[in-house]
Amino acid sequence: MPLFEEGLVSLAQKLHNKEIKASDLVDEAFARIDEVDKDVKAFLALNEEAARSEAHTLDESEADGHTLLAGMPIGIKDNMVTRGLKTTCASHILENYDPLYDATVVEKVHAQKAIMIGKLNMDEFAMGSSTETSFFAKTRNPWDLERVPGGSSGGSAAAVAAGEVLFALGTDTGGSIRQPSAFCGVVGMKPTYGRVSRYGLVAFASSLDQAGPITRTVEDNAFLLEAIAGLDRHDSTSADVPVPHYADALTGDIKGLRVAVPKEYLGEGIDESVKASVRAAIQQLESLGAVIDEVSLPHSKYAVPAYYIIASSEASANLARFDGVRYGVRAETNDLIEMYKKSRSEGFGDEVKRRIMLGTFALSSGYYDAYYKKAQQVRTLIRQDFEKVFQNHDIIVGPTTPTTAFKIGENIDDPLTMYANDLLTIPVNLAGAPAISLPCGLADGLPVGLQMIGRPFGEETLYRAAHAYEQTAGFTLTPAKGAMKK
Amino acid sequence: MSNFETVIGLEVHVELKTKTKAFCGCANQFGAEPNTNTCPICLGHPGVLPILNHEAVDYAIKAALALNCEISRETKFDRKNYFYPDNPKAYQISQFDQPIGRNGYIEIEVDGEKKRIGVHRLHLEEDAGKLNHLEDGSGSLVDFNRVGTPLIEIVSEADMRNPHEAYLYLEKLKAIMQYIDVSDVKMEEGSLRCDANISIRPFGQTTFGTKTELKNLNSFTFVEKGLAYEEKRQERVLLSGGEVVQETRRYNDATKTTTVMRGKEGSDDYRYFPEPDIIKLKIDQEWIDRIEAEIPELPDARQKRYVDELGLPGYDAMVLTQTKTMSDFFEAAVAEGADAKLVSNWLMGDVSAYLNSTYQTIDQVPMTATGLAKLVKLIEKGTISSKIAKKVFKDLIEKGGDPEEIVKAKGLVQISDEGALRDLMAPILEANKQSMIDYKNGKDRALGFLVGQVMKQSRGKANPKIVNKIILEEIDKL
Repeated sequence: MPLFEEGLVSLAQKLHNKEIKASDLVDEAFARIDEVDKDVKAFLALNEEAARSEAHTLDESEADGHTLLAGMPIGIKDNMVTRGLKTTCASHILENYDPLYDATVVEKVHAQKAIMIGKLNMDEFAMGSSTETSFFAKTRNPWDLERVPGGSSGGSAAAVAAGEVLFALGTDTGGSIRQPSAFCGVVGMKPTYGRVSRYGLVAFASSLDQAGPITRTVEDNAFLLEAIAGLDRHDSTSADVPVPHYADALTGDIKGLRVAVPKEYLGEGIDESVKASVRAAIQQLESLGAVIDEVSLPHSKYAVPAYYIIASSEASANLARFDGVRYGVRAETNDLIEMYKKSRSEGFGDEVKRRIMLGTFALSSGYYDAYYKKAQQVRTLIRQDFEKVFQNHDIIVGPTTPTTAFKIGENIDDPLTMYANDLLTIPVNLAGAPAISLPCGLADGLPVGLQMIGRPFGEETLYRAAHAYEQTAGFTLTPAKGAMKK
Repeated sequence: MSNFETVIGLEVHVELKTKTKAFCGCANQFGAEPNTNTCPICLGHPGVLPILNHEAVDYAIKAALALNCEISRETKFDRKNYFYPDNPKAYQISQFDQPIGRNGYIEIEVDGEKKRIGVHRLHLEEDAGKLNHLEDGSGSLVDFNRVGTPLIEIVSEADMRNPHEAYLYLEKLKAIMQYIDVSDVKMEEGSLRCDANISIRPFGQTTFGTKTELKNLNSFTFVEKGLAYEEKRQERVLLSGGEVVQETRRYNDATKTTTVMRGKEGSDDYRYFPEPDIIKLKIDQEWIDRIEAEIPELPDARQKRYVDELGLPGYDAMVLTQTKTMSDFFEAAVAEGADAKLVSNWLMGDVSAYLNSTYQTIDQVPMTATGLAKLVKLIEKGTISSKIAKKVFKDLIEKGGDPEEIVKAKGLVQISDEGALRDLMAPILEANKQSMIDYKNGKDRALGFLVGQVMKQSRGKANPKIVNKIILEEIDKL
């Protein structure tokens, strides 16, 4: 049995007892990558030499004092900067960009001696829901290589699902951790805005971006979040809220947990097979003692348009620095304006350009009030919807996505359908709340994601509920080895 | 006299001399090797985030309070978007609709009358880098040392009515910034920069005429000259039946004219929106009180005190308080017991002349306030004459030291002993008897000649008062 089938706690115990070595874990990662990544295409860059050397150092040192994460192979989404390892955001414009520093989350897992295996594919600048907008490769869903892994953290979810790493870090601006986690049958947490430092995440939409863990189990997820969360003096939007020991919340007891099910989340536009799996999961929660209640999030229908205005507006400014002057790809011309135009026209892909133009337009003089300002007002209403529900409920439960993984090429030329894929995840980012996606069964052989949404900084409650469900769901999803057809 | 009224408003950028930059830990320092005071944050590398330097906010609040502004209790930052190679993020972090200060004023004195020039707003933002264009035209090099330096932008109301008022406003603004010690305010180093808006309108018209904006104003004198040219130019345009075009014009000191830089159609849409990386800033009363307590006596208050308590003429008080260094020097000398008016005369006269001719400020010369006070006291006591004092002063300002020592070392003590003077004067009077007779016959000028001869013989050391007295006594004896 592959080592990654076991959880973090068990592996750490074995390392401590010297039953296995860190090198065994790293070997497994690279062997698995060798075996499957030519098909899955989750990785954009490998950190093999450094990873093996770090594992070796760990194996040579005394086991005492090692953290739980020591020696654990981790994959990092390619929008988190890594000193000395190219960080491209899956974009041509950053193809040759070598960062001068480590993102805080990277520094944190490194401090815990987790071992970075490589950088993971994504939609270009995290703009997309299928990892098809990557300039370099289309990552495929390990459950069905004809299908997308979701996005934008498609490489992260696919690598975990395919057993190439024990776990990975992703980022979530409108669902980019949860949707690929749902599509790939893994556990993904989008923490509360401010819970995890954004320093070193290449910004897409600054008021929405959050990094979070993608893992095979809820318990691993809780440990990894604990490792990366916390106040960071480099990020003034990071919250000065103590980081709990999340694993303590995994009691299995959810008696009396007040669960809200928004009718909008099981209504029109959601596949029947997805609804069926989610309804079964809700029944399972009820049988564990949770109290189920139907509620409404009346403004969630405006979330997608509001999101595309806010996120694109912020992106239009965030991506303006990619101008060919200091780093990245520069088109050589003798004229400054031409240099800007050519560098950016050649450097960015279609989806990125679409959003830059959308955001630039929405912020333009004369349109600001009608678009950006209005979208911010909608955002407030959406947050208030959530606040209202959380007055009487502990968590909100529904599907993560309207469908299971779609086919590669199916939606890429239809932005609106692609955007609608995030309609159940986007409201959470607009509200700044935390949410977790975990597998709740298969529909036609493809994983279905169950989404649980919590109060701001209510990650413990989410982990408790998710863990209780996971433990009693009666099935365990494997890294889909068997499902991988060539 | 023209039939038009001139309307002027100024936008002034002042670089704050905080220890570090506005949003990162790099040193805020002028004149370092290019691109040495930089880091991934101020270079706008992917993934970096700004961290607001609270010292910069302190300085901005201080400046706003000193300019009599209301302080915004809740403020925020915004992104101003534009592409330029000296702007690495392609947006500047600035403040759009919630500036730190609003509705302040600066008082200037026009023909002896006080006039208040409104300060519309004061906001905090970051500076850009600097482009160095290669002389052979083959390209431009970017120096990012300055990028991220905290700046305050101070926008006046359109309250100035002639170019000289603009000059006075700038002088006063500069003085206030110096007094509160938030900036070096050196135009030559770019720590103070000014753009001017000017329009003219027929007297009696309440709406403003079309304005032009002047740039490249590298000194207060250029501001005044540029505005004066522009005032005339606009008048010529209107009188010849034309229309003033809204545009940005560059002042050229070589020709003393302004030329078009860019038209209105070139004006940018900066697409301001709230900076999501910096949380809203609440400025509570406690914060304001703390800063308020740090503000020293400002030039207006000092000026008033010099007149009311030290009995200086208003003009002296105004000149002395123009820079804090001069004013502090003056106060220190007076504190040593020297007469205020005499100290003022020296500072406004010989000292200023020397400083101007050597391009120095008072804190850059070896002479101390104690030194000048002693010099003034030596004159008051009659130990040295004013004439000798000039010689001593030359030494004092160039080399410093104690005037009493200088006087002793050079043997410059005034001869006030009557017996000694009579001995010294006897041969001179003997040789110039005719002049004495001339004086007696009503030729007043002869007395001055005689005194001059004595002073010359004594190499300036004779006490002129006593010399005068002795000559008159001797003439009476004739």
